[in-house]
Amino acid sequence: MEKFGFTISKIRQIDYDSNDRSIADYIYEREPSFRLCIECGGCSATCTTGNYTNFSLRELHILIKRGENSQVIENLKKCMLCGKCILVCPRGVNTRNIVILARQAFQKSDSYAI
Amino acid sequence: MQFDPFVIPFNIGLYFILFYVVFRCVIWFRGLSRPDKLRLQRGFFGNAFVLSLKEIFLESLLHKKILKTNIRLGYMHMSLAFGWFLLIFFGTIEADIFGTKHLNAPYKAIFFRYFNPEHGRMGFEAAYGFLMDLILAFILSGLILAISKRFYSRVVGMKKTTKLKLSDKIALTSLWLIFPSRLLAESFTSGTYGNGSFLTGTLGSWLASFLPAQQMAYPFWLLYSLSLGTFFVLLPVTRYMHIPAELFLIFMRNCGIKTGDKSGTYTEVQTYSCSSCGICIDACQLNFSAGITNIQPAYLMKAIRNNDDVSEIANNCLLCGRCDQKCPVGIELSPIRMIQRRVGDNENVFTNIYKGYFRKRLHNIPEKSNGQLSYNFLPVTDPEKVDVLYFAGCMTHLTPSIKNSMVKILDASGVKYKFIDEQGGVCCGRPLMLAGMDKEARELINYNSQLFWKSGAHTLVTSCPICYKVFKESYYLGVEVLHHSQFIKSQIEEGSLKMNFLRKKVVYHTPCDLGRGSGVYDEPRFVLKHVSRLEKSKFDDENSLCCGGSLANLKLSSGKKYKIAQDTAAELTKGNPEILATACPLCKKTLSSATETRVADISEIVAEALIVTSVKRNINKQVSSIRELANI
Repeated sequence: MEKFGFTISKIRQIDYDSNDRSIADYIYEREPSFRLCIECGGCSATCTTGNYTNFSLRELHILIKRGENSQVIENLKKCMLCGKCILVCPRGVNTRNIVILARQAFQKSDSYAI
Repeated sequence: MQFDPFVIPFNIGLYFILFYVVFRCVIWFRGLSRPDKLRLQRGFFGNAFVLSLKEIFLESLLHKKILKTNIRLGYMHMSLAFGWFLLIFFGTIEADIFGTKHLNAPYKAIFFRYFNPEHGRMGFEAAYGFLMDLILAFILSGLILAISKRFYSRVVGMKKTTKLKLSDKIALTSLWLIFPSRLLAESFTSGTYGNGSFLTGTLGSWLASFLPAQQMAYPFWLLYSLSLGTFFVLLPVTRYMHIPAELFLIFMRNCGIKTGDKSGTYTEVQTYSCSSCGICIDACQLNFSAGITNIQPAYLMKAIRNNDDVSEIANNCLLCGRCDQKCPVGIELSPIRMIQRRVGDNENVFTNIYKGYFRKRLHNIPEKSNGQLSYNFLPVTDPEKVDVLYFAGCMTHLTPSIKNSMVKILDASGVKYKFIDEQGGVCCGRPLMLAGMDKEARELINYNSQLFWKSGAHTLVTSCPICYKVFKESYYLGVEVLHHSQFIKSQIEEGSLKMNFLRKKVVYHTPCDLGRGSGVYDEPRFVLKHVSRLEKSKFDDENSLCCGGSLANLKLSSGKKYKIAQDTAAELTKGNPEILATACPLCKKTLSSATETRVADISEIVAEALIVTSVKRNINKQVSSIRELANI
């Protein structure tokens, strides 16, 4: 058969049963304001790192909550903790603490090498 | 030889504590680095020793600093410390003069009246007895204050007093028992023999009138000795360890030893020197505005002493430095907290002492954290050569009016400048440092430093006190770093900026990182006085409040931040000013949401008052048009 370069797109199903949500639980427990996020993207819009890369705190939030941690680890350390995201957040989420806690959680957990 | 078994508890306690203190000091001394050891040795034979003796007398005994801030609390501490010292001092002399022989064992002086009950009937002996009674009364008056403070702290003008652990409570009880039991013991003995001065004599004769004084005296002498012994034995495991530790601390400080970046002997001595007096608790805004009462320095020091997990306490702090300013012992509380935040990072960190930086300069290999670079995505740029750099900082980009005002001011001043982070720059690194991540911060420091050096500028102006502090302390740039208030002041003095006088009532809020953090108090005031009617407030300069938005606090919820901001704004706007001025974009952002009054940065006020002379404007325009034509 002729191949035109089209393939079937990857499965985009989020499997909450098999995903590891321990990182999200770790953060929920220590920073309750993690639940308040409405994913408006204000933090990503103002982000210092986001100015140079496609780093997005909003994306990280969603990925951590889903338990798709493998994509988070690499991006997490790009954050400069400058705190602009806290100031723009309309929900008062303590975003800096979430990044710090996520780093801690990855360091403590054995299944991820950081 | 005069001896009685009841003095044994006292003797055990006394010799134990003397041995322990010497032992501890030797350990502390051995833990010092070599240069610090040399400093101590030089100080011992030099001026520092005399200075230390003077400071020990003024601070450890008289408590001058506490007396200045709170006279009742100061009196309480003074009466106990100085009074006890006098009692021991004159007691020793009394035992030496009036005792059976000279050079007595210490217990003879402490229990003098028991061994010399017939002493003090008339003449000089009676006068001396009067003096001893007076000192005892002095101590007891302080003790009454201390006891009532435990139950109702407002007695001494304090809102909160420290919470204690069990061993502290036992030691405190034994301390409280020492002087009343001495009073009663002396009184009963005086009552039996019919002598004694105004206090012990009067009380003794009254007690003897209905009690068997002779039989009652011995139990109280025993209690006196027991409570002294208990207090001494418990001293190393309680907050009272501050008594010997503070003496050592004063000497070390006078010798020029500094806290530094890592925990060490000096930090340890400082943590032991904390007496948990609670002055930091009253100064802390997290206490009186946000209702957080377990993170204050007194508790941090206690937790460090007990080897508890301090990460929660260490990170929940605005690092505004109000406690540093108020601490009567002069403990460097914020540096110690920063050390605790860095715990776990066991590699060597040199944030303040950044040696070997200048030699490499432009050929610097970026510092790696965990073997990997965190920020290798940052672009390498080649900025144009200028005289003055303007670095707005992250926070200023969120308050564009400050940025625009500064551009206006810089244009008007006529200096050749470049707005280096106009399109958004890189963070200065201080927020990372505050989170204890010095390695990562150093990558940013490296990146920014190279950017500044390449531009060849001799002056770096920044609008953000957070950046200013880190540029000053951790960058080692070799260029003049100015906060924009300092820059504006220098331009006014040079005459390059002309301004109208705004008839507006202004109150100035000192940002923590600029004021207490970097010691810049006068320049912002000078500028504000130049353009407006600057009013005084209750919280000026060293006593200034924090806006609550500080990046140093990693744990504080937004609700509590807002509460602090509201309280601060309410205090500052009491005199109904038209403008609440500040010099920090973060303070502006935090305060403006918490008050109805207009909050403006100094640069905004200056830009408002600015007279842009047509000559300069024309020159600037011409220059730029010629440049465009010439394509440079």
